[in-house]
Amino acid sequence: MAEADVIHIDSARSRPRKTRERCAATTATGRPCRNYAVDRSAYCRVHAAEDSGRTRHPSSRKASSDELREAVPDVAGGFFERAEDFVRRRLSGNYPVDDFGYDPELAREVLLPLAKPLYDNYFRVRTLGVDRIPAEGPALLVGNHSGTIPLDAVMVQYAVATEHPRRRTVRNVAANLAFRMPFVGPLARKTGAAVANDEDANELLRRGELVGIFPEGYKGVGKGWRERYKLQRFGRGGFVELALRQRVPIVPIAIVGAEEAYPMIGNAKLIAKTFGFPYFPITPTFPLLGPLGMLPLPSRWLIEFGEPVPMDEYPEDAADDAMLVFDLSDRIRDTIQQMLYRNLSRRGGAFL
Amino acid sequence: MAEAGKRRVLITGVSRFLGLRIAKRLESDPGVEAIVGVDLEEPPIGIDKVEFVRVDIRNPLVARVLQASKADTVIHTNIASSPGFLGGRSQMKENNVIGTMQLLAAVQRANHVQKVIVKSSSAIYGSGPGEPSILPEDHAARQVDLSGYGKDCAEAETYARDFGRRRQDVDLVILRTQNVIGPTVSTSITDYLSLPVLPTALGYDPRLQFLHEEDAVGAFVAAMNADCRGIFNVAADGVVYLSQAIRLLGRVQAPVLLPAAQAVATLIKRFDIVDFPIDQLKLLLFGRVVDTQRAKQAFGFNPAYSTIDALVDFRDNRSEDLTPLRGPRPAWERELFTYLKEKAQAEKESV
Repeated sequence: MAEADVIHIDSARSRPRKTRERCAATTATGRPCRNYAVDRSAYCRVHAAEDSGRTRHPSSRKASSDELREAVPDVAGGFFERAEDFVRRRLSGNYPVDDFGYDPELAREVLLPLAKPLYDNYFRVRTLGVDRIPAEGPALLVGNHSGTIPLDAVMVQYAVATEHPRRRTVRNVAANLAFRMPFVGPLARKTGAAVANDEDANELLRRGELVGIFPEGYKGVGKGWRERYKLQRFGRGGFVELALRQRVPIVPIAIVGAEEAYPMIGNAKLIAKTFGFPYFPITPTFPLLGPLGMLPLPSRWLIEFGEPVPMDEYPEDAADDAMLVFDLSDRIRDTIQQMLYRNLSRRGGAFL
Repeated sequence: MAEAGKRRVLITGVSRFLGLRIAKRLESDPGVEAIVGVDLEEPPIGIDKVEFVRVDIRNPLVARVLQASKADTVIHTNIASSPGFLGGRSQMKENNVIGTMQLLAAVQRANHVQKVIVKSSSAIYGSGPGEPSILPEDHAARQVDLSGYGKDCAEAETYARDFGRRRQDVDLVILRTQNVIGPTVSTSITDYLSLPVLPTALGYDPRLQFLHEEDAVGAFVAAMNADCRGIFNVAADGVVYLSQAIRLLGRVQAPVLLPAAQAVATLIKRFDIVDFPIDQLKLLLFGRVVDTQRAKQAFGFNPAYSTIDALVDFRDNRSEDLTPLRGPRPAWERELFTYLKEKAQAEKESV
């Protein structure tokens, strides 16, 4: 393996500039005002002149998923009282769901505990640097994607929900296909996923959420065993544009272990085409062992959260500078690739 | 002559739920001098201030009614969401698209009109797994994917926008309403939600968003009174999953395999249980939620009911007899030609 040249992201920052507060008002089209706020005021010159009774833009008004989670009533008493109350609330339909469909109660009280044995005992996940994720406010989590079935997204979500000091909720964005599939679609939505398009990602960041994104997409999850831990093309740099526009930091994530959970040794293209899937995996156990073959192999996982890369020091129109976007995208990809190589040796054996 | 600062409003579809409720609300509005209601059938109850004229908006004669009424505001609610009493899909399309076209052609000629409010629907966005989770107004729906009601709305909006370009001096407002729900409104969605056992597609659980009937009326009145123009989504705050809605209503969910769902829908329609347009089926797979920020800022739209509140109100206060709006005959009913003749007479006398 050739030693890649590590370029530190910090050295690439063009002319550092003072970060200034932006205007808190919303324009007539409903978008946040992009002007800078005048000194000691929350508004820019245009909006400060208007009456002060205006509504502020959504990020300051809509409850974030973490606030929503805290709003779930905490019932005193033992396990049975709580369980009884929980069941009653679920059966009456009286529980909050956010606009994207995130159901904090279901996700935190039911699904998270279900993933616990998988995380703790089966994959024996270890994490590094989870506290590098900002304690509050928006950030873009960018990870490598692998393993046929996007279990890596679930494990990252679990790691942040249980090991981060603030137990924050990661809102993954997923491809259309996930939402087209029965059972998977509603489940994805209820656990906080949204659609991987500009509107959803922007809106989530505006609301101050942690957005998880896997720029490799199908190319990552659907790659063969021989290409394990080799990062594929990072989409078209859309995630960098997104971060630059919203001025949120990017947290690179390297996930080691998902590749071995479902080693894809073949791709039945004809079947994939028939059902409209991007690929149809053949693993050592699937479809050989039937439904049993859908069980992942017990690989050992290591998830590292890298140092956040700030985006608020680039000029205002940086997102329109295609060269800068590609450059940043490549640098973040390199960072993750280096983390992967480092952690592969750090993890030791893939299974034992 | 019109009193200074007071509005003269022409409402189409005045005998239908929304038009009637808007007229009823404007009846007590001191800022409204007179209301002219236009529809094919007479309104089921009499409303003060409302002069009812029986005319088909597809007929060019609507232009003469408009001239005679001297309306400065036109509220066009005559867009039907399901074939229902119109007699079939082709009649529904005629009514929705050709009706809007004719009406706007008439308005274009009428120089006294200063504001036009057209009812559209969030059905215009369609429903699909890849659509934005919260739809903004400028998200362009791909018309090829639309059928039925959504397509009608898209076509009607095209005529409205053409009109807006030609009459820049008129404030054109297009309100895209979410599924309206409440104790008295009757739509295919309320029919569906009234079933004791609700068939759903197995493995799908759409996010739904509603609009309470009072808030729908409120949005039209607020848009009329505010100085605004443009396209606005109108919906309640918050969303609810279909499964959650069914539990809130205390009903039973009956999941059906998707290929069978179409058959069940057709069957239900055949037996006249629910008048549920097949083209709305996708809504029950993928749901639809819209962004209402723009309406809140432009005309202070402030829904009193959240999506869940609207559902609860629908559950608790819906009367079995859905004809509460029956009452004495309208005091002002006029046939078209009598109306025109009288107006002409009055004109002559005042000169």
